[in-house]
Amino acid sequence: MSRIDEAFADGPAFVPYLAVGDPDYESSKAYVEALARGGADVIELGLPFSEPVAEGPTIQGAVTRALDAGMTPEKFFEFVEELDVDVPLVCMTYYNLIYQFGDNPGPRPFVERAAAAGIEGFVVPDLPAEEADPLREACDDLGLDLVFIVAPTTEGERLQRIMDQVSGYVYVQARLGVTGARDDVSDQTDEALARLEEWGVPKAVGFGIKTGEHAERIVEGGADGIIVGSALVDIVAEGHGEGRPAEDVAADLEAKARELKEGAESGYAQRVPEPEHT
Amino acid sequence: MSTSKFGEYGGQYVPEALMPAIEELEDAYERYVLDNEDGFMDEFRRRLRDFGGRPTPLQHAEQLSERYDAEVYLKREDLVHGGAHKLNNALGQVLLAKYMGKDRIVAETGAGQHGTATAMAAAHLGMPCEIYMGERDINRQRPNVFRMRLNGAEVNTVTVGRGTLKEAINETMRDWATNVEDTHYVIGSIVGPHPFPVMVRDFQSVISEEAREQIRERAGRLPDSVLACAGGGSNTMGAFHEFVGDEEVDLYAVEAGGSSLEVDEKEGVAPNSASLSTGDEGVLHGARTKLLQDSDGQIMESHSVSSGLDYAGVGPELAHLVDEGRVTPVNVDDEGALEAFHRLSQEEGIIPALETAHAFGFAHENPEKLGDVTVINVSGRGDKDLESVIEESAKRDLEAAPDMDVFEGGAGL
Repeated sequence: MSRIDEAFADGPAFVPYLAVGDPDYESSKAYVEALARGGADVIELGLPFSEPVAEGPTIQGAVTRALDAGMTPEKFFEFVEELDVDVPLVCMTYYNLIYQFGDNPGPRPFVERAAAAGIEGFVVPDLPAEEADPLREACDDLGLDLVFIVAPTTEGERLQRIMDQVSGYVYVQARLGVTGARDDVSDQTDEALARLEEWGVPKAVGFGIKTGEHAERIVEGGADGIIVGSALVDIVAEGHGEGRPAEDVAADLEAKARELKEGAESGYAQRVPEPEHT
Repeated sequence: MSTSKFGEYGGQYVPEALMPAIEELEDAYERYVLDNEDGFMDEFRRRLRDFGGRPTPLQHAEQLSERYDAEVYLKREDLVHGGAHKLNNALGQVLLAKYMGKDRIVAETGAGQHGTATAMAAAHLGMPCEIYMGERDINRQRPNVFRMRLNGAEVNTVTVGRGTLKEAINETMRDWATNVEDTHYVIGSIVGPHPFPVMVRDFQSVISEEAREQIRERAGRLPDSVLACAGGGSNTMGAFHEFVGDEEVDLYAVEAGGSSLEVDEKEGVAPNSASLSTGDEGVLHGARTKLLQDSDGQIMESHSVSSGLDYAGVGPELAHLVDEGRVTPVNVDDEGALEAFHRLSQEEGIIPALETAHAFGFAHENPEKLGDVTVINVSGRGDKDLESVIEESAKRDLEAAPDMDVFEGGAGL
């Protein structure tokens, strides 16, 4: 059982995302560590790519700030090595950065470097199952998980193809479109979870989750975890825009993490009745 | 038979939400384009003829022939309705979207020619249409923005990044990912995930189909060379496709050399758009292809005086043909293109698109490469570029440019 599997084994997993290096290297480290203190079970660390086509304006802004501040793949790995957290870390990035790393094109050098730094899995939004074999093989050889996204439009044979490839958890995209915090929770989420009911891999729902209430509803509806990015990146962006000290922003992130984690746990408690005491 | 790869290039690197739409498109491409189901290709060809104004002429260029001591023929895509080859593809895709039952069109545009062609095709076929265009390109190409709006399209300004084609493509992909169930994304070149590169090539290959037949009629033989400018590569592959099997015909893809072929890796800027000549293999906008990127794999901002060539990638099929040695990538810098723009306007009475001017710049700088008979693809007309040309010419001391401050004919202003 991988550490990512373990994170989903006891109750709902809270999986926050931040773009690494946003708005700068040191603040970003404090922010990730704050999420761990706030109850993160797995953390998705975004390695910024210049063309984030699956992201909405919030995360695109984060990626731009991080790149402007000098983030590179090698600095990302150093960041991971320096982090003081005890939760499994997943690298979320686009395929070109994985493909280009090292002297020869191909995913293996990147996966080797990631494994050495302490990364335990990948999410690659522009890599569908059809193109994933080389990365899958490198991940298998090094014992890393490869998480795939299932979209509201994913049905039939495509679901099977993804099921054959996925490990760690499946990232259930709650709605069509790009990432971004929303004020409601989509019915598409319930439909997606119903389609994946038989899968033996944990189902973590992302895209649009903003509050503890959202988290509660989604976990109550059957999700094994929640993935939250834009709502957290918004806190970073606001803090940066207002010029607030990094420790204050970190405290806000920790509080938000706690709200989301508690929401998820509350949803889980409502879903699974407490065992009766005899 | 369709294939998703050209050697190692091509493929389908897109967010999962788009994959079902891509599969649906692949199925529609095979049925309607390859198998002519429901007479799709017959209707496409009829509309290309009646609405689009095809076939376009293959004109013998007398002054150029004399100047270069070669028989120079011009494939006049500037005479297609709308003023560029772009209509061939836009009409094909909007019609296909209609056959597929889609009810909304989105597209990106750089120079505005693809946006104009798509808006025109959408109006012709009664489809609502939204175009994404970078802020910088909107400023460089105002006449085309106006034309799109005249045809009823909404033009959305993209302000992120440098506000050029690359950013407009990202934004259109986001729109498509949000509205994928009822929307078709009309990609403007032979780029993007399969089946776009083969489908766009098929719609554009009418250029070389006609040119091949016309040159045999006119010159009694195949040409020694075919020249076409290359940004994403749609007019390039359109002009080359039917000649690829004719090994004796040299194919020159003329890229934008910009101001230099050197890159500034620290700033992430390539002062050119020569991805075939100088790019490295990578993955962008749905395909593996040659890209302008830094050593980490971050995509570089490209540059060209011609916004239609200003893109960091290129079609995977062209990248493959270059690796195979079948297509020769060459480039012409901003100044060479501007000189060629003025020369062609004065000496042949054709005001070419700035994109096209790169191909003429290459002919001028390398007449020995043309052979005895050459075909140059006039991919579009240059009306849209006049503001850029006035501005860019003023910055340089161009031999061929008219001095707009001096009027020799009379009283002056």
